[in-house]
Amino acid sequence: MFVSLNWLKQYVDLQGLTPEDLAEKITKTGIEVEGVEPFGEPIENLVVGYVKECNQHPNADKLNVCQVDVGDEVLQIVCGAPNVAQGQKVAVAKPGAVLPGNFQIKKAKLRGEESSGMICSLQELGIDEKYVPAEFAEGIFVFDGDPEVGANASSLLNLDDIIIELGLTPNRSDALSMLGVAYEVAAILDTPIHFPNEDVQITEEKAEDVVSVTVKDGNLNPYYGAMVVKNIEVGPAPLWMRNRLISAGIRPINNVVDITNYVLLEYGQPLHAFDYDRFGSNEVVVRRATEGETIKTLDGEERTLSSNHLVITNGQEPVAIAGVMGGADSEVHEGTTTVLLEAAYFDPQAVRSAAKEHGLRSEASVRFEKGVDPDRVQRAGLRAAQLLSDYAGGEVLDGVVAYDELSYEEKTVTFTTSRMNHVLGTDMDDAHIQDILRKLQFSYEQEGETFTVSIPTRRGDISLVEDMVEEIGRMYGYDNIPFTMPQGAGNAGGLTAYQALRRKVRRYLEGAGLSETLTYSLTTEERANLLVSPDVQGENVRPVHLAMPMSEEHSHLRLSALPEMLASASYNVARKQKDVAFYEVGSIYVTKEAVLTKQPDEKERLAGVLTGSWLTHPWQQEKKNVDFYVVKGILDGLFDYLDIEEQISYQQGQVDGMHPGRTALVKLNGETIGHVGQLHPKLQKGYDLKEAYAFDVDLEKVFKAISSEETYTPIPRYPSISRDIALVVDENVAAGDLRKTILETGAPLVKNCLVFDVYQGEHLEAGKKSLAFSLLYLDPTRTLKDEEVEETHHAILDKVKEQYSAELRA
Amino acid sequence: MKERLVELKTEALEKVAQAEDAKALQDVKVQYLGKKGPITEVLRGMGKLPKEERPVIGQMANDVREEISTAIDEKQTKMEEAALEKQLQEETIDVTLPGRPAQTGGPHLLTSLIEEIEDLFIGMGFEIAEGPEVEADYYNFEALNLPKGHPARDMQDSFYITEEILMRTHTSPVQARTMEQHKGKGPVKVICPGKVYRRDTDDATHSHQFTQIEGLLVDKHVRMSDLKGVLNAFAKQMFGEEREIRLRPSFFPFTEPSVEMDISCKMCGGEGCSVCKGTGWIEILGAGMVHPNVLEMAGYDPNEYTGFAFGMGPERIAMLKYGIDDIRHFYTNDVRFLNQFHKA
Repeated sequence: MFVSLNWLKQYVDLQGLTPEDLAEKITKTGIEVEGVEPFGEPIENLVVGYVKECNQHPNADKLNVCQVDVGDEVLQIVCGAPNVAQGQKVAVAKPGAVLPGNFQIKKAKLRGEESSGMICSLQELGIDEKYVPAEFAEGIFVFDGDPEVGANASSLLNLDDIIIELGLTPNRSDALSMLGVAYEVAAILDTPIHFPNEDVQITEEKAEDVVSVTVKDGNLNPYYGAMVVKNIEVGPAPLWMRNRLISAGIRPINNVVDITNYVLLEYGQPLHAFDYDRFGSNEVVVRRATEGETIKTLDGEERTLSSNHLVITNGQEPVAIAGVMGGADSEVHEGTTTVLLEAAYFDPQAVRSAAKEHGLRSEASVRFEKGVDPDRVQRAGLRAAQLLSDYAGGEVLDGVVAYDELSYEEKTVTFTTSRMNHVLGTDMDDAHIQDILRKLQFSYEQEGETFTVSIPTRRGDISLVEDMVEEIGRMYGYDNIPFTMPQGAGNAGGLTAYQALRRKVRRYLEGAGLSETLTYSLTTEERANLLVSPDVQGENVRPVHLAMPMSEEHSHLRLSALPEMLASASYNVARKQKDVAFYEVGSIYVTKEAVLTKQPDEKERLAGVLTGSWLTHPWQQEKKNVDFYVVKGILDGLFDYLDIEEQISYQQGQVDGMHPGRTALVKLNGETIGHVGQLHPKLQKGYDLKEAYAFDVDLEKVFKAISSEETYTPIPRYPSISRDIALVVDENVAAGDLRKTILETGAPLVKNCLVFDVYQGEHLEAGKKSLAFSLLYLDPTRTLKDEEVEETHHAILDKVKEQYSAELRA
Repeated sequence: MKERLVELKTEALEKVAQAEDAKALQDVKVQYLGKKGPITEVLRGMGKLPKEERPVIGQMANDVREEISTAIDEKQTKMEEAALEKQLQEETIDVTLPGRPAQTGGPHLLTSLIEEIEDLFIGMGFEIAEGPEVEADYYNFEALNLPKGHPARDMQDSFYITEEILMRTHTSPVQARTMEQHKGKGPVKVICPGKVYRRDTDDATHSHQFTQIEGLLVDKHVRMSDLKGVLNAFAKQMFGEEREIRLRPSFFPFTEPSVEMDISCKMCGGEGCSVCKGTGWIEILGAGMVHPNVLEMAGYDPNEYTGFAFGMGPERIAMLKYGIDDIRHFYTNDVRFLNQFHKA
């Protein structure tokens, strides 16, 4: 909402207040001021001039030499505008004036003729072309009425106005009118309001004799008032009115339309003026449209209606979509002489859906959508009639022909002073509240400390005690509310075990060298189906898709963070950031339903993407690229950190999009909870990446495996014994299996078994490999004897021979 | 014999002084202090001496032995030190060569910020509550006093999946869920961080996905002054002791009264500058007293319970705090961006 201060001053005294001070007060009390801007550039030495003479320039066809009376002198001005003529009152920039764009007006000779100033067009004065009336579009501006010669043209053209832009929250539609703003400002400044004139001169002829009103759906249209104004002369509206419309961003059209718009801005009540003679009948019938009914609206569009649209008809066919737009056939035009003036209350929802469906949001529909003030509907009609009488030569017929089922009842809200103080944390007394209610112009009854407040109909946003808490609170001033800390039982506060673990996982991974990413949950359909972990994959599992995505890019919910993380990796590699080590903790959204009947299962996952070099330390000749074992090692470390490493195993596995030979399923007590491996070379290529590795595991399952019991294991007091063995096996025997067998067979004495060498090559038979393990024997209760170790060692060798045909390497 | 001992002493000390390496020194030691050495010999020959002279000579022999031994030890220590000195000299490296890089990663800026804010409120007794990102219309809107057809639903155009299920547009549904879980009993004191989604085209100031942190306190005597107190404590810890806050009236369907909180501009100290658009204040978050309809729908008696709620955007706070000019940076994951916020 744009508020012209020059206009606002008509209702409220703003003396002694700078626009900035006013803006600050409005912002702090209730409505955010989003801008304080001068409307134009006030211009010095810009005056009203009277063109006494206008003669053709002796040496130039397109120029005129004018004698212009500017009050204290007569200036000779050469003017090139085609519309300049003797007898006009015009805006004259005298020598010394500076027009927008730093255009300095000086005395000059034009083709030999003296020129002392310039007769200006509105554009030259800085007024936006769209607000310039058509008749002046190609030439100078000519004042209407009879402004005093020599008067300050700058202020007549409103160039000295300041516009305050209000950012209205949806509840404050009461401030969508100058009167509403006046109420707000008057309350803040504690000053009276000067209301506009609604007294209309009427004729003896009665409106009810020339028009009837029938409303078929009183729910959607509880009030419809029609007035008739005859003998209208359509022409331009007075300059001051046009200026005010322009200051609010509305283009002046003609006096009739401008007056309805002016009242809309002043009262917040949209009105519509029909050409009575072209209305098609003398009966107004308001009803729901029939399915498929059509109307040609003011903008020339043919629109098809449906039964949830409310229309104004002439008894036969629609002449307007209620509250949204009038029809072209009954539009007020130059030859209009009788106007049928509509002031109505239309159901907000009906107007909203019609405006939305036809893409016709307007100053009018916005106000109806928010609900207009019942009290002002009829008054706005009267005000418009008064203006039509004053500025369009109209004669107003007696009476308002109305259908009226509208409720004008004021709601009441009852509260006590102590409740007010209890919620706000203040210690106001009754008198303080009385004073605020007086400023707000709310009437009330008081009994002890209990207030029963009648809420004016203009404030449709207030119906609860809490709404009054806000009114009283904001007028009391939020700055004046003290700072206190909550009383009552204090909680300890803190993280849940899960949240604390999640933070530990993050810190571990960061310590391990990974950077956290945040990628989008919404991705393309293709990516949503890519790299889905085998533990997520299942019959009918599919990504959730949006009903109406804004783009294909963000249309489906992810089933893994990996595709978007890989895109981030690719982005970096393309920018010469070739070493990437990312992790992300975030949800995936799993469902088996093609059409959701319930929310998808949101599972928190830990995903990682690594590519490029892992360690570069050139001068000591160390360089290590990321490989499978780097990435697996990070996971191993994590599981060890979480003390669940004994429940974890890896198994060669196949995952779509992953390298078939370099991918492992991550298993927790035998159940697959994710995967780790190298990306399939085809996918690597698709992402423009070289070797890239990824992991994706179910974090919730990992956390569930963690035992909450933490016990202390005494430090062994007896020495351990270390034994190494090198075993030759078939190359497809998995080291993990072999190790597991060694540990199982060696229990309880063998406490650890570490792979320290893997060999395959010329010193071994083809198809064979050697795996060397270092075994740690320990009995925490005593010193081990050699024979015992020997015995277990042999048992292990026998077992691996039996199970894997493993031979001791010679 | 005395003369012999003095002679031996002089001779031995001279040799100690002359010894150039460990071996020479060892030789001196063996020669003079060994079992077959001359001092032992002197001691052995003491039997021939008159009884009264024996202790004198014995004492003297022991002193000489002691003296030589000390000299040898001292010399040895000296030589070892010299050897060590030499070794250390040889072991000297160029300490200005670069070290072997340790792996460093770090959290995303938004995670750091969210954890920082969580911790601030944990310190004030809040717990952390989380909820689903794909949310039921009921929790996202209806339970928050936004019935179907409510005009305020326009404020946040949403990504619907079905008519009843959508991507949550704020983290407020977690508040509704948490209150419901408490079954009408207080206190409820939670912070709800998480991802939210809006139907926006991504540009420098809009993102279809972003994060939010909401806070909620419901109890029997929660006052608006408590909201001011808690937000003030938060603002001072988060943005600095010298920051002031102010509350401005605003509107949210789920709170009444509703406010927006500004903090005094750090750049100009409240004088007005380009960062605060000349107002001296920067908008940080929205807040208010929980709307009675919201309390009621979650099973609380609004006559008995009151509460406050607030919500803020970590992206906005990060952008203000670090002068980041484009919200898309948070989701592009450019390592040159990410790494900047891994410092302590």
